[in-house]
Amino acid sequence: MNQPIYTDNDPQNELVTLNLGPTHPATHGVFQNVIQLDGERIVSGVSTIGYIHRAFEKIAEHRPFYQITPLTDRLNYCSSPINNMGWHMTVEKLLNIKMPKRVDYLRVIIMELARISDHIICNTIIAQDTGATTTFLYLFQFREHIYEIYEEICGARLTTNIGRIGGFERDFNEIAFAKINKFLKEFPVALREFESLLNRNRIFIDRTAKVAAVSAEQALDYGWTGPLLRSAGVDYDVRVSDPYASYEDFDFEVPVGTSGDIYDRYLVRNEEMWQSLRLIEQGMEKLKHEPKGIFHADVPEFYLPAKEEVYNNMEALIYHFKIVMGEIDTPKSEIYHSVEGGNGELGFYLINDGGRTPYRLHFRRPSFINYQMFAPMSKGMLLSDAIINMSSMNIIAGELDA
Amino acid sequence: MTNHDLIQSLTEKFGEKITGVNEPYGLLTFETTKDIIINVLAFLKEDSLIRFNFLTDITAVHYPEKKHGIAVVYHLHSMVNKMRIRIKVFIDGHHPEIPSATTLWNAANWMERETYDFFGVKFEGHPDLRRILNMDDLGVFPMLKQYPLEDPNRVDKKDEYFGR
Repeated sequence: MNQPIYTDNDPQNELVTLNLGPTHPATHGVFQNVIQLDGERIVSGVSTIGYIHRAFEKIAEHRPFYQITPLTDRLNYCSSPINNMGWHMTVEKLLNIKMPKRVDYLRVIIMELARISDHIICNTIIAQDTGATTTFLYLFQFREHIYEIYEEICGARLTTNIGRIGGFERDFNEIAFAKINKFLKEFPVALREFESLLNRNRIFIDRTAKVAAVSAEQALDYGWTGPLLRSAGVDYDVRVSDPYASYEDFDFEVPVGTSGDIYDRYLVRNEEMWQSLRLIEQGMEKLKHEPKGIFHADVPEFYLPAKEEVYNNMEALIYHFKIVMGEIDTPKSEIYHSVEGGNGELGFYLINDGGRTPYRLHFRRPSFINYQMFAPMSKGMLLSDAIINMSSMNIIAGELDA
Repeated sequence: MTNHDLIQSLTEKFGEKITGVNEPYGLLTFETTKDIIINVLAFLKEDSLIRFNFLTDITAVHYPEKKHGIAVVYHLHSMVNKMRIRIKVFIDGHHPEIPSATTLWNAANWMERETYDFFGVKFEGHPDLRRILNMDDLGVFPMLKQYPLEDPNRVDKKDEYFGR
């Protein structure tokens, strides 16, 4: 039923149908493209997604707010802290919680680290798919260092569940700060080497420049956001247009491409890593001027108290019980909040009816919306170009399928 | 351009079909009807001053107790004026039908497929209205409120045990 039509005009039956995925190494995730090939050229394609659909929106309707954070981890699992923070900030906006500056700066640091780890994956995989294995293995160790920083802060590495509504669960410890400083010292060296291997590399440029070029009009028409939209020349960044978490206090630039081809996407992501480093450096500097030890807002009715407090303090026990049992008073309203995720605008549309759980929660997932252009734009492309096009779109299956 | 100017030019153009105007957390929200929704979207997109050039999101919400039980929600974004807007269209919950916005934005394609997949909203004029995340023979629209998340026969998680 409702089968897609793959066949175009093919009187001599010369076209080949190829199943790219669901678990093909070239897709870097669980999704399928049924493409029709004339030689090496793609005639038509149909994307099939939903292989790891986990019904997050339905589950979210049955969970109190603080239990939804682990769901957001599993959207774009390459940069889960951004998703976690996005969700916390949505709820904080709903509850009108004013965050202390220090918490905002800590959040910026952790979100920018996540952005770097996300971009490392995408850019090294573009290189990997064009045949440059060295860069992939070389830069990937820094993703490991970022995960070690997460581990120091929250104990987890991939699905971080970092922070709480109203702040962080604990302060960053000295080892975490030391590791961030070490990262800030070592990563620029490696990133510069990475760029020197690829930016002016004849083979890399031949494979990527002028391939899958997208105009700004097309990109906006297809709802692209994030590095993809910026590579096409639109300077839209949620961090600048709707600043959250005190991004307005920071000094950074939004890199913009011109042609929207794969090379531009690569350059934009690389430049964003440099800007993220700048943001982390500024954040570390700003932290020195903030009072030490503040890692959450003073909102006992919404912020889950420390376990020790719960055992020894009556008020904390009451609040703990109310939060865990979902008895906190929340305004009946609806809210849309978005953050700049690794792949673009990650939006949370939350309708709250004052009950224990959200009445409705919808995730605007950038990968899902970015990916719909893949099949139409692949028409007429070489198969090998379509593969690097896919890796340069950085489609994360978790975010695609929710 | 402020929310006030915007709603004024909208009421000038569409009269009393613009209802339920409010601003939760500064985001202008209004309701309209399904016969003029495409005109409203086209006006917002193409008017030279307003320029809501970007379709952020389409989704739906199910209100089983209401007469028009499904609200289709559009989020638009004007990158020029740095404004967002939310438009709701309440449609019949038993036969949800609404014109497709794919004529205005290609981005609407998968958003509408997702909305169809989970709420059964039929977008008239959509080029390829199939399920997208669920399997083709699922047979139900799972985000409707009548479908429980878990096995309804479970007795250990009833709200009454928690004083609700």
